Formats: sequence, structure tokens, C-alpha cells
Amino acid sequence: MRILTYIRQVLDAEESVHIANNAVALENSKLVMDTMDEYGVEEALRLRESGIEAEIVAVAVGPSRVQDALRTALAMGADRAIHVETDIRLDAISLSKVLAQLATQEQATLIFSGGQQADWDSHALAAATAERLNWPQVTWTSALELKGTTLTGKHDADEGSESFTLELPAVVTTQQGLNEPRYPTLPNIMKSKKKELRKESLDQFAVTPKLKFVSVEIQVKSRLNKILDGKDAPAAAAQLVDLLRNEARVIA
Amino acid sequence: MILIVVEYANGKVSKSTWEMITAARELGREAPLTAFVLGSNIAAIADEVARAVDQVLVADLPALAQYDPELWSAAVAQIATEGEANLLLIGGSRSGREYSPRVAIKLDAPLLEDVITLKAAGETITAQRYTFLARVTETVESSAPIAVVTIKPGVFNPATPKTDAAEQFDVDLNLPTPRLKVTGKTAERSSRISLTEAEIVVSGGRGVGSAEGFTQYVEALADQLGAAVGATRAIVDAGWRPYSEQVGQTGKTVQPKTYIAIGISGAVQHLSGMNKSKTIVAINRDAEAPIFKIADYGIIGDVTQLVPAILTELKK
Repeated sequence: MRILTYIRQVLDAEESVHIANNAVALENSKLVMDTMDEYGVEEALRLRESGIEAEIVAVAVGPSRVQDALRTALAMGADRAIHVETDIRLDAISLSKVLAQLATQEQATLIFSGGQQADWDSHALAAATAERLNWPQVTWTSALELKGTTLTGKHDADEGSESFTLELPAVVTTQQGLNEPRYPTLPNIMKSKKKELRKESLDQFAVTPKLKFVSVEIQVKSRLNKILDGKDAPAAAAQLVDLLRNEARVIA
Repeated sequence: MILIVVEYANGKVSKSTWEMITAARELGREAPLTAFVLGSNIAAIADEVARAVDQVLVADLPALAQYDPELWSAAVAQIATEGEANLLLIGGSRSGREYSPRVAIKLDAPLLEDVITLKAAGETITAQRYTFLARVTETVESSAPIAVVTIKPGVFNPATPKTDAAEQFDVDLNLPTPRLKVTGKTAERSSRISLTEAEIVVSGGRGVGSAEGFTQYVEALADQLGAAVGATRAIVDAGWRPYSEQVGQTGKTVQPKTYIAIGISGAVQHLSGMNKSKTIVAINRDAEAPIFKIADYGIIGDVTQLVPAILTELKK
């Protein structure tokens, strides 16, 4: 079988956000593979290590720099990578058109994509891709097993979690708790440099963006920052309760 | 027509639905406000929501007893098409954000996800949403005959019902067979108020020391204040608390009137789930903890001494 894992390159969580030219400026910041996507790569590797014959193809859409994240996926163990290169920012609905076509071209039967993404805070790509392919989907997956063409596992729903079974082909969104993603080892990093990273142009996918990105701003809510010293616990507690009751008026 | 897909739980219309009604009313459009209720044994839900909209469409079918993304998206897309809706509002819950992209594809419509403001002028829909782990506010725009929008929970004020009830219509649906089979459920503990609907949330992190410490400090304070409890990823990973209580990028996003963080240092992933709370209170031993930077009130000190002292003070 063939597994596609969709990869995003995002700002490292420790980096601060800057805005330039009406967009979030990423050029001079540390960029990493979205943690949410690491779970997908790791899960694909684990499925293969459990004895399933699978080729793992990492896929990304974005500017030239995005190939660094694909290299990370290759260093973790993915077999090859496809980079659809574009400077245009695509909304999830438009992006799903690219991913669905790649899945068809590659004859993939399983797609992993991260849950809530750390850049656009979006969760739409997986479901949109599944709909285009007429595949089922399972989101917020926290446990997964594959026997033959049957997926079983656990995922989070509105209230609590559910156990499920699902026949391939399918799209799965990954999240924390699913596994512990491995760090690429030095020999694997060296090996990954020889792996195929194919470049594709966006043109052939005939994508028309559905959304216009108008502007961005960093809104910092000003906070009161009334921080008390707690060495004298009863006194600090009394003062805090007084502030919450009589100044903020948030408790009775 | 503006179509709102009604969210409900435990036999009651959810707060998110009242918030969607406000978002729709604020558009100031002439178009009738239509609520769509789908599920099984939902007459009470339809009656309840009928007091806040212009008409209610009801699909009360045994086949809809269990939520499924393929069922819900097929039903909603069909109703939106038949009703010639130009705006479709879906709740920003897990399920809403899971099936709404399918609806957008079926309708060849743009999807504006998890929005916090909403404006319409002709076919142009303009909305704001958070990005970069809720550190950036972005404005997006679509221009199409129909747009699909998910509304972020806890942002719009819940609408109040009117006295007169709108007319209800039963609808027929062509439903697919669900392919995802749910074989078991683990319910969230419902003894306490829901995390996303609570006015006050008390959350705990590693600084509470242990699972017992969480009960002793966080739960005790939550009980005293009638608050919901939340947890950081670190202590959920450690198995002290269930995932359902996790606040942050991979857990729930909350926006209560008051968020009380106990023994939480404030990793960016956690902050993204609570940094829009109206008033933030932090108690932590480490004066350098990032949580204090976004706190309105706080105490630097020992949780094990401070929380019992606060409880004593509250009981006075």
C-alpha cells in the first residue's frame, strides 16, 4: 500500500510572531515541521514496522523553504517526498484539491494529516480531501491499528472519545497521544539526502483560491499584571480574593 | 436564506447555537433566519430553538441517532441547496469543524473556519479568525453565492429567545450509509459544568504536584466557585487527568469570563487555548513563568499553601 503524509512547515512554538507587509513574517524565524504532522509520519512508520508493506510519501505545498520540513520527514524514515512549489497561500478547501489529486496519482489508500495546524489554526484539510476523494475520514485519532484493509482505533469526539472501525481508503488526522515521534538520527539524516524529493508546479492542479487573505494583526490584550508576593499566604490570598470580588467583580 | 445548523447536547440547545443566532442577527440581513435541527428524538430541541429564529427545518430520523461526518454533511448540503441558502452557519465544535469542510466541497463553497467576527455585503463575506496558535488575528474574505462558516464558540453573546415560536417543517433527506463505525464510547465526566460553557475555569498544571494535588487544589477551588476544571497537556500526558479536560492547541479552546491557572507555567500551546479569557488569574511558584505576562491578577508562591488560604478566604 501507499501512505501519504501531509507536512506543514510552521513557526517553532518558542519563536515570537512578527508581521511585515501585511503577513506573518517567517523568513528570519526558526521553522519546523508541524508537531501535528510528525504524529502522522511516525504513525506511518509504525504501521510499516508492524509488518505492513507500505511506501510512505511525504507531501507538502508551499514556497521553496518548505522542502526543509520534507527533508525532516525523509530523515524520520519516509521513502520519498513530493513538493508542490508555490508562493500562493491556499485556503484548506483549495489545498485539498492538490492533495486529492496527488492521492489519486500516487494510488494512495491512506492519508495522514495533522489535526489543528499551528500556522492557520485550521482543521479542514483532511475532511475536505476525504470528500473530494469520496473517502471516509476519522479525525483527532489517538490510537490506530491496521489489519488488512481495516483500521481500528480511538478518536476524540465532541464529548469524550469513541472507538471505531473503518475500511481503507481513508483520511486520518493525527494528534498528540497517538505516538511519540522519533528524532531523526544522524545516519538517517545522511541517508535522507539521497532520497527522492520531487518538485511539482501548482499549475497542473488547476486550483482557484476560495478565500482572500485581507490582513493580519497581532492583538495583544492589555493585562493588569497585578502580581502579588505569596510569601505570606493568608495575606496574599485575602488580597487576591478582595481584588477578584471588589475590583474585577468576577467572583461572589 | 441564512441557515444555522443547531448544536445540542443532553436534550438542550447548546450555547454555541445561541451564539450562532447572534452572529446571524448581527448581519442585519433581510433574509429569513432558518434553523436546521437534525438527529433522532429532537422535538424538544426544535421547540426550544423555534423561539429565536424565523423558521425551523426538522429532520427527526432514527438514521440520525448517531452523529457521523458523512451523514451530517450530506444532510446539511442538501438542505442548503434546496433552501437556496447563501450563508450557512455551523458550530465550531469538533464535529462542526469536522463535517463543515465536506459541506463546502459539496456546495463548491468557500469555508471560513472558526470565525470571531462576521460581516456580509452582497456576496462578500468578511470575517476575522485567529491564526498562529491564536497569537494573530487574520481577516479573510470570500465572494461566492454561498459561504460555509464555522463560528468559534464562546465569542458571540448568546441570543435570547423571543416569546413567539416560529413554524416548523419536516424535511426529507437522502442519506448515505456511514462508513465510520463507532464501536464504543467513553463519555466525558459530566458531573461538573462543561469546560467550554463555563463562566469560570480553574485549571491545573505540573505545579499542583500530583493527581492528588489536582483534586485537593484545583477541583476544590472549582467546586467552591462553581467552575469547570481544565488541565495542561503535561499533566494529561502524565495520566493525572483525562484528555477531555485539556486546554490548549490539541485540547479545548476556552474563553471564560475568568480563567484561574494553578501551577501552570504557560507554554504557548496552552496559552493558545485560553489567552482570550476576559480575566486571567495565575498562581505559580516561578516569578518568570510566561503565564504571569498574560495574567491580570496573580500570586507568586506555593500552590499548596496559597490555594487552601484562598479557600478559607472564600468561605468567610
